[in-house]
Amino acid sequence: MASSSPFLSKIPISNKTISFTSSLSPLPSTFPFKSVRHHRRNALRVQSKIREIFMPALSSTMTEGKIVSWIKSEGDVLSKGESVVVVESDKADMDVETFYDGILAAIVVPEGETAPVGAPIGLLAETEDEIAEAKAKANSKTGSTGSEAVASTPPPATSAPAPAISQPAAAPAIPAVEGPRKIVATPYAKKLAKQHKVDINKVVGKGPFGRITPADVEAAAGITPSKPVAPKPTPVAAAAAAPSPPAKPAATPSAPPLPGSTVVPFTTMQAAVSKNMVDSLSVPTFRVGYPVTTDALDVLYEKVKPKGVTMTALLAKAAAMALVQHPVVNASCKDGKSFTYNSNVNIAVAVAINGGLITPVLQNADKLDLYLLSQKWKELVEKARAKQLQPHEYNSGTFTLSNLGMFGVDRFDAILPPGQGAIMAVGASKPTVVADADGFFCVKSKMLVNVTADHRTVYGADLAAFLQTFAKIVENPESLTL
Amino acid sequence: MQSSFSLSCSQATTVPRSNYTFDSLPFAPSKPINLRFCGLRREALGFSSLSRSHFRRGLQLHTPTRSKRISASLVDNGSPPKSFDYDLIIIGAGVGGHGAALHAVEKGLKTAIIEGDVVGGTCVNRGCVPSKALLAVSGRMRELQSEHHMKALGLQVSAAGYDRQGVADHANNLASKIRNNLTNSLKALGVDILTGVGTILGPQKVKYGKAGFPDNIVTAKDIIIATGSVPFVPKGVEVDGKTVITSDHALKLEFVPDWIVIVGSGYIGLEFSDVYTALGSEVTFVEALDQLMPGFDPEIGKLAQRVLINPRKIDYHTGVFASKITPAKDGKPVTIELIDAKTKEQKDTLEVDAALIATGRAPFTNGLGLENINVVTQRGFVPVDERMRVIDADGNLVPHLYCIGDANGKMMLAHAASAQGISVVEQITGRDHVLNHLSIPAACFTHPEISMVGLTEPQAREKGETEAFEVSVAKTSFKANTKALAENEGEGLAKLIYRPDTGEILGVHIFGLHAADLIHEASNAIALGTRIQDIKFAVHAHPTLSEVLDELFKSAKLKTAPSMYKLVTEVFNLWGRLKLMFQAR
Repeated sequence: MASSSPFLSKIPISNKTISFTSSLSPLPSTFPFKSVRHHRRNALRVQSKIREIFMPALSSTMTEGKIVSWIKSEGDVLSKGESVVVVESDKADMDVETFYDGILAAIVVPEGETAPVGAPIGLLAETEDEIAEAKAKANSKTGSTGSEAVASTPPPATSAPAPAISQPAAAPAIPAVEGPRKIVATPYAKKLAKQHKVDINKVVGKGPFGRITPADVEAAAGITPSKPVAPKPTPVAAAAAAPSPPAKPAATPSAPPLPGSTVVPFTTMQAAVSKNMVDSLSVPTFRVGYPVTTDALDVLYEKVKPKGVTMTALLAKAAAMALVQHPVVNASCKDGKSFTYNSNVNIAVAVAINGGLITPVLQNADKLDLYLLSQKWKELVEKARAKQLQPHEYNSGTFTLSNLGMFGVDRFDAILPPGQGAIMAVGASKPTVVADADGFFCVKSKMLVNVTADHRTVYGADLAAFLQTFAKIVENPESLTL
Repeated sequence: MQSSFSLSCSQATTVPRSNYTFDSLPFAPSKPINLRFCGLRREALGFSSLSRSHFRRGLQLHTPTRSKRISASLVDNGSPPKSFDYDLIIIGAGVGGHGAALHAVEKGLKTAIIEGDVVGGTCVNRGCVPSKALLAVSGRMRELQSEHHMKALGLQVSAAGYDRQGVADHANNLASKIRNNLTNSLKALGVDILTGVGTILGPQKVKYGKAGFPDNIVTAKDIIIATGSVPFVPKGVEVDGKTVITSDHALKLEFVPDWIVIVGSGYIGLEFSDVYTALGSEVTFVEALDQLMPGFDPEIGKLAQRVLINPRKIDYHTGVFASKITPAKDGKPVTIELIDAKTKEQKDTLEVDAALIATGRAPFTNGLGLENINVVTQRGFVPVDERMRVIDADGNLVPHLYCIGDANGKMMLAHAASAQGISVVEQITGRDHVLNHLSIPAACFTHPEISMVGLTEPQAREKGETEAFEVSVAKTSFKANTKALAENEGEGLAKLIYRPDTGEILGVHIFGLHAADLIHEASNAIALGTRIQDIKFAVHAHPTLSEVLDELFKSAKLKTAPSMYKLVTEVFNLWGRLKLMFQAR
């Protein structure tokens, strides 16, 4: 692998046909890392002559390549010097040739996907007997895409009449009677069959003159057309192709848009929020509210504010400290059968950004001190506004904090994001007349906190206890600065 | 004086590369002083054999026959043996005939053009022009249907659809508009359009007339045959114009089949596959040769196949002939029997909705009366020499008779025909001229387009081997071009085939966005004999697609210093100009 790049990068770019090398070179290798490689693969070599096709380094700056297309398909016999695959590098597309004769046994990286330089993208078997072995190897190697597709393809409908209710009863019987029936399939139908690994010989053609149309293949592969078929060019043709599965028409109960209204599709972020919100409906949640006195916290806040500490950091720190004492609230239910206790307390904080909502995560909020936490928070917010958050910076939360207090909202109800155990909705802190234990009235700042939790893991008493702890921390905030 | 005059004309047209052209001089070229100037130039050039060979590569070729021809034509003009109706008669008002007629009028010839059908010929009525209308539609459809592409540009478009009749009307309207333009330009210039089928009766004599009307006989000093071609239909193929069609029918777009077989994967087949797949058809190619797109540079063909064939709803059978094609009738589909191109064994039978025969074009030379002047066609083509002069059965030149365009089969392209016509007019007006066919570009208007000029890489390598020179290849990708990336159309390649020792451009092949428009920089360079070492300093606007070629020329690795002989010519040019200035004073 490492050996292939120095070798290949010497080939001038203008010569766009490049040969890949195989790790199992039976020829005396001249590559610099030869010994290492041989050492590692020697055992394999004895067993079989299955060669790996690597992602070649087509330019000195190339780190990964995209498979544009496989010129050959699995099972094709290759001869030395033939182009096998087209690879797109950062500079250009290039044909990659084989150094060896053999049979393309397995495609490990399918078309359209990328692989780092040096990663195996296919397997080359020397004889037909080794194809199965190579395939097994390919499966074990990736356990992904290509191999899975083979396994998951439903056996093509041998019980043909079942789905074809509208079909004349005689039609499916014909192939059985006539023996080697002539298969007539349209070009796109053949392409789809290859793509979805459907045996075209077992597809029943329902198109004109009994030909196999793309719709037939899609039906056999168990997929619905990816998009509504574009308006059929000719009415005649449309009639002929009638048995194709009806593309879901826009017959959903949604009312027609009012005149003058505009439809603005979701951005990616909005679509993600939408999906999460719908997913959240499957979680049984309940809510518990708790009033928290914040006079002490306000005093502390005034004190630490000049040092760059924000209210968000204070609340996050308080929540994190409470969560440490109530790990069940920091847990989540992933599969409906078990608790998943999280070792870290990662507080996600909901932030409204232009055109959406994102939850940057303060990782290990219980362990970081207030100042570090504030600094971290500042960075995260800047990144979020610039849309530069890395995935782990917004999806690793174990508990979410949402604060609308700054708008004067006194209480609200948050939706629990899927994958977390609880979310805390924080309202504004307002001066409230309260009676203390001795019956004296006084005015204290009170803040209403409302937690939504997953009742599969967090029960009412758990949440109440957590809130009590939280309130205690906020009311005696000295511990926050420790 | 006579000879120096002739030189002034010919050289004036061959030295446009010089920095000291006539344009920069305050004198009209017809002034005597200019003749002197040219005479000087001739002497100057005479010193250097190098520069002479340099000019020979250009469009114009000076042969020893030149001055003789001029004097001959002068004699003809002075005392004509007999009077003619016209100076020039062109049989066929296609693009070739039109180009020739325009140039003839410019040269002061009394010109007539005989047309039995509609003005414009194949190109305008049944070829290039209406097909471009269809391809304009298919290009837009393709763009609108490509969700991925639209999304990448940030555009949202709901499902694209089309109205077949509307598309067909667009093609038809375009053809009639161009046809009218052509007719009007001929009439405005005073070219007589004689309606009827033209037949050559003898030397300098043509008869024309419509069926049922008495024939007219006209005479002309010179005659150009420009009758063009018709779609070639191989035997065994039954064309019914409905389900088994040629390009003539396909351009009317009377129906869009679900599945169409295209026999032949050349320009015509490829362009139609682009149209049909964009309109929702599936396409199967039947190609007699072992690979698709024969005739294209193999590398370009390969890339084109990856972009134009593989991802589309197209499959293909190569190395097979369509031995028998039966139109759809009695509820049966179109059947196509395929036989192996080599063994002639039956291989397969296709059952489809339609078949388009795009196996090339056959010359349209029947009924031309060639037998009257002892000319025998070769597979229908009129034999001609490099100056388009018709050769008779005995191998002699037929005086005053020329043949241009598809009818001679040299290069079956509309603009080639026109260039040949202009070349012929140049000759009959006393200026020798040989067209360099290697400088004529060709294009295939798929999405993206393919264009080429000169030799393909294998041709160049073969030539290099026989003539013992080295051949190099340079390539650039559209992926590196700003404009192409802005359009989100980075797919493409430009390829330069050249001689590293002299910097001569042997061929350029482009596959990518607007390739057909980009090729002319290369074709002009070949036509004018511009070397890479010179053209690489030409400036291109940024950001434009033309920078693909800029980069291509710059990436060529030459083994020469800037041409020595160019320096020599420059020095002589300077000298000539100085001399002129002194004289003017």
